[in-house]
Amino acid sequence: MNFIHVLQCPLCRVVLISRNYMGNMDMNEVDHFMPIMMRMEEDADSSPLVTHGSAHFLWIKHRNLYLVAMTKKNANAALVYSFLYKMVEVFKEYFKELEEESIRDNFVTVYELMDEVMDFGFPQTTDSKILQEYITQQGHKLDVGAPRPPATVTNAVSWRSEGIKYRKNEVFMDVIESVNLLVSATGSVLRSEIVGSIKLKVVLSGMPELRLGLNDKVLFEITGREKSKTVELEDVKFHQCVRLSRFENDRTISFIPPDGESELMSYRLNTTVKPLIWIESVIEKFSHSRVEIKVKARSQFKSRSTANNVAIMVPVPSDADSPKFKTSTGSCKYLPEKSVVQWNIKSFPGGKEYMMRAHFGLPSVESTELEGRRPITVNFEIPYFTVSGIQVRYLKIIEKSGYEALPWVRYITQSGDYQLRTN
Amino acid sequence: MTDSKYFTTTKKGEIFELKAELNSDKKEKKKEAVKKVIASMTVGKDVSALFPDVVNCMQTDNLELKKLVYLYLMNYAKSQPDMAIMAVNTFVKDCEDPNPLIRALAVRTMGCIRVDKITEYLCEPLRKCLKDEDPYVRKTAAVCVAKLHDINAQLVEDQGFLDTLKDLISDSNPMVVANAVAALSEIAESHPNSNLLDLNPQSINKLLTALNECTEWGQIFILDCLANYTPRDDRESQSICERVTPRLSHANSAVVLSAVKVLMKFMEMLPKDLDYYGTLLKKLAPPLVTLLSAEPELQYVALRNINLIVQKRPEILKHEMKVFFVKYNDPIYVKLEKLDIMIRLASQANIAQVLAELKEYATEVDVDFVRKAVRAIGRCAIKVEQSAERCVSTLLDLIQTKVNYVVQEAIVVIKDIFRKYPNKYESVIATLCENLDSLDEPEARAAMIWIVGEYAERIDNADELLESFLEGFHDESTQVQLQLLTAIVKLFLKKPTETQELVQQVLSLATQDSDNPDLRDRGYIYWRLLSTDPVAAKEVVLAEKPLISEETDLIEPTLLEELICHIGTLASVYHKPPSAFVEGSRGVMHKRLPLGGDIGGSPAMGAGFGAAPAVMPASLNAPVGGGLGDLFDLGGGVGMPMGAYIPPKTVWLPAMKAKGLEISGTFARRAGVIQMELVLTNKAMSVMTDFAIQFNRNSFGLAPAGPLQVLTPLGPNQTIEVSLPLSTVGPVMKMDPLNNLQVAVKNNIDVFYFSCQYPISMLFVEDGKMERQVFLATWKDIPNDNESQFQIQDCHLNSASNKLQGSNIFTIAKRTVEGQDMLYMSIKLSNGIWVLAELKVQAGNPNYTVMLNKSKYISSLRFFQ
Repeated sequence: MNFIHVLQCPLCRVVLISRNYMGNMDMNEVDHFMPIMMRMEEDADSSPLVTHGSAHFLWIKHRNLYLVAMTKKNANAALVYSFLYKMVEVFKEYFKELEEESIRDNFVTVYELMDEVMDFGFPQTTDSKILQEYITQQGHKLDVGAPRPPATVTNAVSWRSEGIKYRKNEVFMDVIESVNLLVSATGSVLRSEIVGSIKLKVVLSGMPELRLGLNDKVLFEITGREKSKTVELEDVKFHQCVRLSRFENDRTISFIPPDGESELMSYRLNTTVKPLIWIESVIEKFSHSRVEIKVKARSQFKSRSTANNVAIMVPVPSDADSPKFKTSTGSCKYLPEKSVVQWNIKSFPGGKEYMMRAHFGLPSVESTELEGRRPITVNFEIPYFTVSGIQVRYLKIIEKSGYEALPWVRYITQSGDYQLRTN
Repeated sequence: MTDSKYFTTTKKGEIFELKAELNSDKKEKKKEAVKKVIASMTVGKDVSALFPDVVNCMQTDNLELKKLVYLYLMNYAKSQPDMAIMAVNTFVKDCEDPNPLIRALAVRTMGCIRVDKITEYLCEPLRKCLKDEDPYVRKTAAVCVAKLHDINAQLVEDQGFLDTLKDLISDSNPMVVANAVAALSEIAESHPNSNLLDLNPQSINKLLTALNECTEWGQIFILDCLANYTPRDDRESQSICERVTPRLSHANSAVVLSAVKVLMKFMEMLPKDLDYYGTLLKKLAPPLVTLLSAEPELQYVALRNINLIVQKRPEILKHEMKVFFVKYNDPIYVKLEKLDIMIRLASQANIAQVLAELKEYATEVDVDFVRKAVRAIGRCAIKVEQSAERCVSTLLDLIQTKVNYVVQEAIVVIKDIFRKYPNKYESVIATLCENLDSLDEPEARAAMIWIVGEYAERIDNADELLESFLEGFHDESTQVQLQLLTAIVKLFLKKPTETQELVQQVLSLATQDSDNPDLRDRGYIYWRLLSTDPVAAKEVVLAEKPLISEETDLIEPTLLEELICHIGTLASVYHKPPSAFVEGSRGVMHKRLPLGGDIGGSPAMGAGFGAAPAVMPASLNAPVGGGLGDLFDLGGGVGMPMGAYIPPKTVWLPAMKAKGLEISGTFARRAGVIQMELVLTNKAMSVMTDFAIQFNRNSFGLAPAGPLQVLTPLGPNQTIEVSLPLSTVGPVMKMDPLNNLQVAVKNNIDVFYFSCQYPISMLFVEDGKMERQVFLATWKDIPNDNESQFQIQDCHLNSASNKLQGSNIFTIAKRTVEGQDMLYMSIKLSNGIWVLAELKVQAGNPNYTVMLNKSKYISSLRFFQ
């Protein structure tokens, strides 16, 4: 892998900052990148990987910045993209937002970071919390306590420093489930998927050992308990800190957590659940005169739960005008820039059904541009509820100093990629 | 206060001003000046003139300033090599600083200064840093070896850094191990045959241990390195797989893909009937599906790789069709890839769903995507026969939309459907003809013309239709012109009476008015055919066409195997071997999958000479057979070992004929596996590498069951003994003599051919003992024509029966008739032919009669010697 790492601003077409990790490449090769991108944009084409001669550019875009890696070898592409996203994360941790200005304002630190996160094309330490221990935004005098590389950098536990102290020891856990749904225009569910994530906010002293117990079906089968409700996790992904081989062996989730906020694990379930919010729609388009939209929304979860901030986005033709709405509850807004009607329902209890009607005028001269049939999308969140039924059974916290620590758990279900195709 | 102010100094005489500031006595001012210099460098101004002044600031106690000066040095040292020497002293000094951060910084920066003169001074500090007490310095020094190697490989070898680097693989610190592995892999890439990464079970074990402890990136280096290893046997393969599978649960997609690569490769060695094999298959699907929730660029990489995986092992994802359904907001490059995979996964079980989706996509707005969707419907029809009818009706629906590009695309695929299912869907031709006028793309026009020509007898106005195309003949593209010419000739052969004029017209257009040689030649050929022999013309032009195959765009198996070894890399995204897009990579070894645990399970192996060394699992080579042989030896007590007869090695290919490569060898049957035992001797002056072997078709379908196992390059005057296991499932062709085998051996120098003869006894299989009754019955049934007799001298009967059994010749019965001992024996050949023999022994002068059924050949049973 030999890559230079370039940050580029599209408007001024200038390389903001770059680093040549392997000396054997011509920095000017990057000049070919922007013209290729422009050409692709004109052709409405796009590819995250472009080639010029023997140089390969792998890029991602963050706001108006391009992060471009360049290589002439058969580099590990997955590693490159994953590294570029990690860079964005690190920069955001350091400068709050990654944009042209924050790069210019902190170019010295950016250089330092770029020197530390990668060496000769090999990614090194990319954990921003650890980096912050020895790369700070202030200058250092060597004689007065210049930073040394924290032992953490090369430790097996490379995500947590030693000697952290808190007066009150607590752990906050958020169990967040996103529902991805794809429904065909005829109303049949094509795909329904739950992507769960357990987020931690760790306020613990020292080097605590944590063990998390979930109502994991496989674990219950191993241990022979079958009485309670269990969840079959299809694919689980863990933070660096979780001992993967331990999990593989006996499904124990054991780890030394990073300090502060982090995502401990994510999981996926393919079990088909009843779509939480079901939408039926009739969109009738009378060419040259009007569009009539009828939408019925039904909540299909238990009545003791409530969905909050429900927003149902219904597509309308881009040349529609003079909107009129009627709703049984909530309010409607026409967002011409997105060509959608947004129907907001602040609170939507389970087992209810609401209606919305909308009427738009259409110009008598039809636009020649073909419009795609965009889907209806829905946003919502349901607190104190998980679709999968996943439960945190315990979180054991053991630290050698023997302090008591309290775990707090919150559950929430929200919409992920929730799409219903229209006719 | 921010750093951006440094970018704003654009006054006149800037360089001059900076120079003054750099030489200022005040530390603060110096630092500000260096920042300004770096800022100018960042925006692309040339500040190399300040080199001596900046280097003067190098000896500072300010870490930030030091880093900036180092950065400057990295950028400009190459343009000022002489002055760069000035920096050496500071580097050497910094490498001994009490602060490990400084030591590491110095060694890291030194490696990035690509000036020959400096590299020499680098060696001593680097040697110290490689043994530094602080792991942070060691891990940086490890990478520095790779940097140095890139600048001056010879120096690194002479200084023994490679050995030090190898030692670091056993370092106690996982990060150091990971960087050492990364550095060694990088170096090994430029020395494909150096055996630098001397992977053995011990070092593999160390890597697997470090895998659990190092950072996500380190895990990727280690996994990528593991993927280059070839386990000795299926057991080792399984144990590595078991230790790699937990990585599938890593949050970093790149770790997951690298783990998938290792598993996909090592799986190749697991026997398919092993329980673990099935478990592993099941474990691979969920992480692959989860990759589709990653960022779009990573999704793209994942999809390109899944495309390969689905071709190699379709069973992994066969139930996951739905996850590849396209979402409205997917980027177009993700949509197109998903579509491709959907078609690959399409089967009778899920075709209804797939078709419904494709129909939906075909009405989207993105033209490229719609075209591909329509094409996909056609591919489904060709792939899943049961769905063909539904596909055709879906295509007809789409044609009714009259959307220009949809119609054209549909007609192109319908042509393919006609070819796949002749005489089934021709009823739709009328609908197609209605859209003749709207076709403006050459491919669609050509397809339509082909249809009209092919089915001219069913289209009443075929001549009118074709005539209408003829008007603008010269404006058409070559593709259409050629098609039109052929179609009209077909029409003429079918309806000669009405179309004479038309055919004259097109022939003259093609031959006289066109300056395209292809068109002219084809025109002349038709003309001559028609004028000399209309019957022959009919046979040629209206010949039955071969059916088109189901999967037209599969990646060629050898390439696919190589790409599987490159999962996650650019090669896997491009679907091209690295040698196709990386400069200077010619001669680099093509990666290969190891050989399967079940012999003959992957017939593609070893086909084609792209095949380079993968290792044959040693387990097949014989531990079991060897043991058995020993047992027989004890029991037999005869001078000759009781195993199967092995002829002595003979020279098959003299060095003179093969540019210095001498090959001698023999054949043996060990533990039921036929082995070709080769001795390769390099009698040339240069090193030989990249050995591979291939057989011509032969009487018993002998074929290498794996690639030739020559891992290390063969130096001058070196000799290597190789055992090549053979299978008998290769293509068959009768040879003369029957046991002749033509062999081609390739190395980096050339391809050489020779032929040799194998003892037929090698083909006698272990279960060749026939039941007595069956034997008698069969014996009687053999016609006399198939019987032959010959005599063998100097045989020692006492041990004959035992010896023969060692060669899989089984004695069924023995009797004495008229003072002669008679032995009745059965032999079964690997291709299922039985040979029955009667052995008459007369006073030390045995008379051997061989009788066989079904086959006409005479075995030259030479086991007696």
